[in-house]
Amino acid sequence: MSIRERLSGNEAVATAMKQINPDVVAAFPITPSTEIPQYFSTFVANGAVDTEFVAVESEHSAMSACIGAQAAGSRAMTATSANGLSLMWEMIYIASSLRLPMVMNLVNRAVSGPLNIHNDHSDAMGVRDAGWIMLFSENNQEAYDNNLMAHRIAEHKDVMLPVMICQDGFITSHSIENIELEEDEIVKEFVGEYHPEHYLLNKKEPIAIGPLDLQSYLFEHKAQQGEAMKNAKKVIAEVAEDFEKMTGRKYSFFEEYKLDDAEIAIVCMNSTAGTTKFVVDELRAKGVKAGLLKIRMFRPFPTEEIAKALSHLKAVAVLDKSDSLNGAGGALFEDVVSSMYVAGNNVPMVNYIYGIGGRDTKSDDIESVYNDLSQIAQTGKVDNPYRYLGLRKGDAK
Amino acid sequence: MEGLIEIRWHGRGGQGAKTASLLLADAAFNTGKYIQGFPEYGPERMGAPITAYNRISDKPITIHSNIYEPDYVVVVDDTLLQAVDVTAGLKETGAIVINTTKSPEVLKEELKGYNGDIYTIDARKISIEALGRYFPNTPMLAAIVKVAGVMSDEDLLEDMKGSFKHKFAKKPEVIEGNMKALELALKEVKKI
Repeated sequence: MSIRERLSGNEAVATAMKQINPDVVAAFPITPSTEIPQYFSTFVANGAVDTEFVAVESEHSAMSACIGAQAAGSRAMTATSANGLSLMWEMIYIASSLRLPMVMNLVNRAVSGPLNIHNDHSDAMGVRDAGWIMLFSENNQEAYDNNLMAHRIAEHKDVMLPVMICQDGFITSHSIENIELEEDEIVKEFVGEYHPEHYLLNKKEPIAIGPLDLQSYLFEHKAQQGEAMKNAKKVIAEVAEDFEKMTGRKYSFFEEYKLDDAEIAIVCMNSTAGTTKFVVDELRAKGVKAGLLKIRMFRPFPTEEIAKALSHLKAVAVLDKSDSLNGAGGALFEDVVSSMYVAGNNVPMVNYIYGIGGRDTKSDDIESVYNDLSQIAQTGKVDNPYRYLGLRKGDAK
Repeated sequence: MEGLIEIRWHGRGGQGAKTASLLLADAAFNTGKYIQGFPEYGPERMGAPITAYNRISDKPITIHSNIYEPDYVVVVDDTLLQAVDVTAGLKETGAIVINTTKSPEVLKEELKGYNGDIYTIDARKISIEALGRYFPNTPMLAAIVKVAGVMSDEDLLEDMKGSFKHKFAKKPEVIEGNMKALELALKEVKKI
């Protein structure tokens, strides 16, 4: 039986970590993810877990400690946000290229500068090519559930990649909401024990991890990482199937909300998808055929599946909570557009940069996007595909 | 959305408006509702205006924006009436609950034509009487529960007894005073 509770997003993640009871957690505090190691350290102090908690002096060290722990053969977790992730930068790539299946919670926040502690996705978008599996979470429930599934995905022998679980800073990390928790024993059984095949502390098999890798091998190793990322799709689907059997909660690469018979749709990630559902319901009541595609699995990117799911639409808007500052749209837009083009689907598409630095995204904002889409659907034309949503008029120049 | 109550809190940093919104979420959760409780995080300085929010619903809540058209507004500090547009977007079918000793005439003047119901409570007097110190959040919690009809007086008192035991595990001596503050507030909140 699931347990009815109310927790913030950060509490939900810390609770999942308690139930997973990893061997090592190394973390350095940074808003808005600070509460995750804070709550977790109380579990360590109270003896609720037997994790080795490493209170490091920086995020670079946090990631390095997780790499060391995971390479030694243990299960490691961490959490960070924005500039904390920036300081981890070189180690992020090393974790994935050494094929160390650790799990990190990224509580999304704007990367400075100027200094801003609020939510957008610029931290996550900065590491989208770093070789980590990236799962996004609409609310506390999905952040919790993604954590329960993450280790089995990461540690699968066909994958062996680290997993990053994203949720929106403050918007979900600090909002108390209802949640269904699973019992400790059930989680323990579902997550299972970690038995690495190769690890540094195996005295029967002395190995080196991360030595020099020059022209003759690096390319092949990168191709193997790419292959592992493709394999991850199957594993993510299998783990979700088992998870659904256990909890009744269904997870796919993305969620299609009233998309089947929709004529216009929004593609977005994290908490904005919840606000969009609210607007879709209101529009449906007025007879507007609006739908939503909420991306959960951003890396690997479900390119064929997305192209198929959007192929019947008359107009699509992709919302990016991070500006690539390239004059040519956000990262999610590029991925969705390229998926559609490669699949030969010609649906008018438009991009909105929104919610930067914690700018609140209101239901009215989302409704205005659907209004724009209705017009595009009528004419089949997109005047300017690169737009802003919620930007104060006249202040951008 | 049907069966959804939206509440906005206005307070000053240090008065416990955030805590009150979280306690309200807790109490409503315990009656079987779906809830949200979240503050709007800004520069967290003692005395600076702060806003916090609650959504309480019979159905799952997916919307994740701030609240712009609340059913109820709670004002924990009446000096905010001049500093903040507390009735912005407030539905006239709803109500505003203010911690104040100001006269109805002055309040109506300060609320600039708001035509919905206005409730007042002297949370300072209640808090001093019950706790010996000024913590307006507990009386304001009781006041909004009563005005918005979130639950019965008995259910609130029963539920908060449990919450206070947990919240004040390290200083149990304040539990009785907080319970008294709730009881007084339930009696003294008045419509003007």
